[in-house]
Amino acid sequence: MRVRRRLVCAAAYAVLTLGGVVVLFPFFWMLITSFKPFDEIFALSFWPSRPTLDNYLQVLTATRFPRWYLNSLVVATATTASVLFFDSLVGYTLAKLRFPGRDLVFVLILSTLMIPTEMLVIPWFVTSSERGWVDTYWGIAFPGLMSAFGVFLMRQFFETLPDDLLDAGRIDGVSEFGLFRRIALPLVRPAMSALAILTFLGNWNAFLWPLIIIQSDAMRTLPVGMALFSGEAGSAWNLIMAASGLAIVPVIVVFGIFQRQIIEGVVLTGVKG
Amino acid sequence: MAQLARRAQPLLARKRRGLGPSVPLRWQRALWAYAFLAVPLAFFLSIRIWPAVQAFNLSVHEWNIVGEAQPYVGAANFRELAADPRFARALLNTLQYTVVGVPLQLALGLALAMLLEQVRWLRGLLRAVYFVPYVTPVVAAAWVWQWLYSPNFGAVNGVLDLLGLPPQPFLNSPEQALYAVVAMVVWQNLGFQVVIFLAGLQSIPRVYYEAAGMDGAGPWRLFRHITLPLLNPTIVFSVVIGTLQYLQLFAQVVNLNFLDQGGPLDSTLTVALYIYQVAFQRFRMGQAAAATVVLFAVMMAVALLQLRFLSRRVEY
Repeated sequence: MRVRRRLVCAAAYAVLTLGGVVVLFPFFWMLITSFKPFDEIFALSFWPSRPTLDNYLQVLTATRFPRWYLNSLVVATATTASVLFFDSLVGYTLAKLRFPGRDLVFVLILSTLMIPTEMLVIPWFVTSSERGWVDTYWGIAFPGLMSAFGVFLMRQFFETLPDDLLDAGRIDGVSEFGLFRRIALPLVRPAMSALAILTFLGNWNAFLWPLIIIQSDAMRTLPVGMALFSGEAGSAWNLIMAASGLAIVPVIVVFGIFQRQIIEGVVLTGVKG
Repeated sequence: MAQLARRAQPLLARKRRGLGPSVPLRWQRALWAYAFLAVPLAFFLSIRIWPAVQAFNLSVHEWNIVGEAQPYVGAANFRELAADPRFARALLNTLQYTVVGVPLQLALGLALAMLLEQVRWLRGLLRAVYFVPYVTPVVAAAWVWQWLYSPNFGAVNGVLDLLGLPPQPFLNSPEQALYAVVAMVVWQNLGFQVVIFLAGLQSIPRVYYEAAGMDGAGPWRLFRHITLPLLNPTIVFSVVIGTLQYLQLFAQVVNLNFLDQGGPLDSTLTVALYIYQVAFQRFRMGQAAAATVVLFAVMMAVALLQLRFLSRRVEY
């Protein structure tokens, strides 16, 4: 029995390691190509014979990559802040306050989850053109300022808080907003960080709507800039891979730091959602 | 005495600050709730619900975005869609992506999660490795995969060559391109799937396995009669979420074949890409809106069917 258990364990390690190598291979190939000079990229070598940083320098100086970074950062930060505030407030209200029409509001918000983004982008674009929002930060960000998914997630968490806690606060004369802000909110911090990370990633990676609403080179977000730049770069794969590296590596570094919170957040959404 | 005064203070303060004793406390709280909900409700009504209504309305009108004229055309947009072989192709492709991709990522995800359960040492690291693609920006990852798939210089063909296998055209072949796209999407979602299944597996009480093991059940029967039924909620969740995602596939398809989006020969075209092209390249807003209505209907129907037929209540 003991021997069998050991064998199973060894086989598991072997398969998991092999799978891990396959999963990481695209990153490895991207990185080595990004350090190769142009005349070397079509050789199938697993190491650059003359490693160079030129590709990165060229992407950073000949394109507006730094600006696209900034744009993505601005949009993703603003939408995340907005989602955190409003979704937690709505989730709290739906979970902890009694008022006529509560179930209706909840169903209304939840039902928007079933509407595909493709259906909304056409009216969004029409509205944006009429009001001059095309090619502005506001135009890129406004559809993401709140999320029904976040409302659902936060409501689930606020429901686990005991009502007595809030009633105690009420007796002490804490205002209704104070109850939310000072008593309820600090108790759902794990859910907040999960929501923050997932919202930020979602907006950082958003592609369809930014592709439609952005028209100038300067307003591109990273995914849109990356796609159009790669389309124009043709077969200069060393440059495209350097650009990909610039887009991917910071995200992986952030993931490395917040790995536990990110994975726990996903678990929470999967189990609770 | 001083203590009593301190305790009474907040009560008095609330009476002064609140809407006065004439409004019952219950109403006051409801008013607060409506105040909290005012801005979010306005948002969901105007940025989600109303645009959806507009899309439905637009689907029975003809409009080229520049002109004022939006003549009512009845079901003409839908008839045109039904007659368009490209739309039929987009629908079929999208269903094919879903039917291939969702079961594949579920099966691989479950297998990897069960293997991860077997190991103690390095489990966290291995789990993180599988999760990295999920946090990787889609557009950048798609370009890396395009480079891997390149027929003459790609690493995948390099590996095939090492194994003595003939080179494959992958994204350049109408037969293989769709599967090449699926492979990348599965690669991206796998980590998510593994993490969800790990959580699901850990929620199954050990005693079931121990009891069944004592009764002499082998590994296959344990899997078939304990693991699978008790994982049902996790599986239903993954199937529904995965399906909704595959039905809206867009960024990966566009960036894996940027110069011939949806190609070769429309073999990777999806409904979302079709809508984008009709709306923002050919500016036929009415017809694009009609296509979004069809997509909406498909998503609703599939999700409801899955919830109806997959959910089972299991009690032991």
